[in-house]
Amino acid sequence: MSGFNIDAFMAHRFGGHAGALGIVYHGRGDGWVELALPYTDALIGDPDSGVLASGPIIALMDMATSIAVWVARDRFAPQATLDLRVDYLRPAVPGRTVIGRGECLRLTRSIAFVRGIAYDETPDDPLAHVAGTFMLMDANA
Amino acid sequence: MTPPTGLPPYAELLGISLTPRDGAAPTLVLPFRDAVLGRPGFLHGGAIAGLLEVAAIVSLRYALAEEGGGRIKPVNVTVDFMRGGRDKPTHAEGIVTRLGTRIANVEAVAWQDDRAKPIASARMNYLIVRD
Repeated sequence: MSGFNIDAFMAHRFGGHAGALGIVYHGRGDGWVELALPYTDALIGDPDSGVLASGPIIALMDMATSIAVWVARDRFAPQATLDLRVDYLRPAVPGRTVIGRGECLRLTRSIAFVRGIAYDETPDDPLAHVAGTFMLMDANA
Repeated sequence: MTPPTGLPPYAELLGISLTPRDGAAPTLVLPFRDAVLGRPGFLHGGAIAGLLEVAAIVSLRYALAEEGGGRIKPVNVTVDFMRGGRDKPTHAEGIVTRLGTRIANVEAVAWQDDRAKPIASARMNYLIVRD
């Protein structure tokens, strides 16, 4: 199977964990893909402040960077997250939707290197930075 | 001071429950259900990462409570995924490697059938604001 039509792919609502978190498609540009994580009380990690838990932000960035790999390869193929590092630059502001922007930095035969940011107002003021790697399961190592 | 046992709303969304232990922080159990599903038949990596972060925070709050309490601010997390999470319960445990005055280094491990065969692990750094 080759060719990855992101618009057709994103026309479906996410089910499973992404659906439970409320993650939706937000947009794309030159070399990046964005997903949105709307704020809901169910995602709060700190009830005193109302700040979102960090887990949903990892899920958001795992998916945004994963889709960026499919776009970069122009192919929808199975891949496994090897590792993902998230730096929490600042807390997400309670009430705001978090946008996750994923980029594929480099493709090798069996590994994709990705990075991304999460922001809740402008990309110039990110709340998290991520770096990760994916194992391309259809590649011949 | 007794350790806080309440879990945040996000942990409830995942369906996490705590298993108390004598003299140590509780371990966590994540049941397999639609809310944590990734590709068909497998846990979502984000749900596994969320479980690891909750496990880390539970163990850190337990350790902090023994020293008078404090607030926890996440600095970063690195998650390594070793195996796919299958359609069965997942267990997790946090381990406080070092609890300093201002910084805590915490690890967390998630496994299914065998503790010696983890499906994922994580390392976290936290900033501590002492009460």
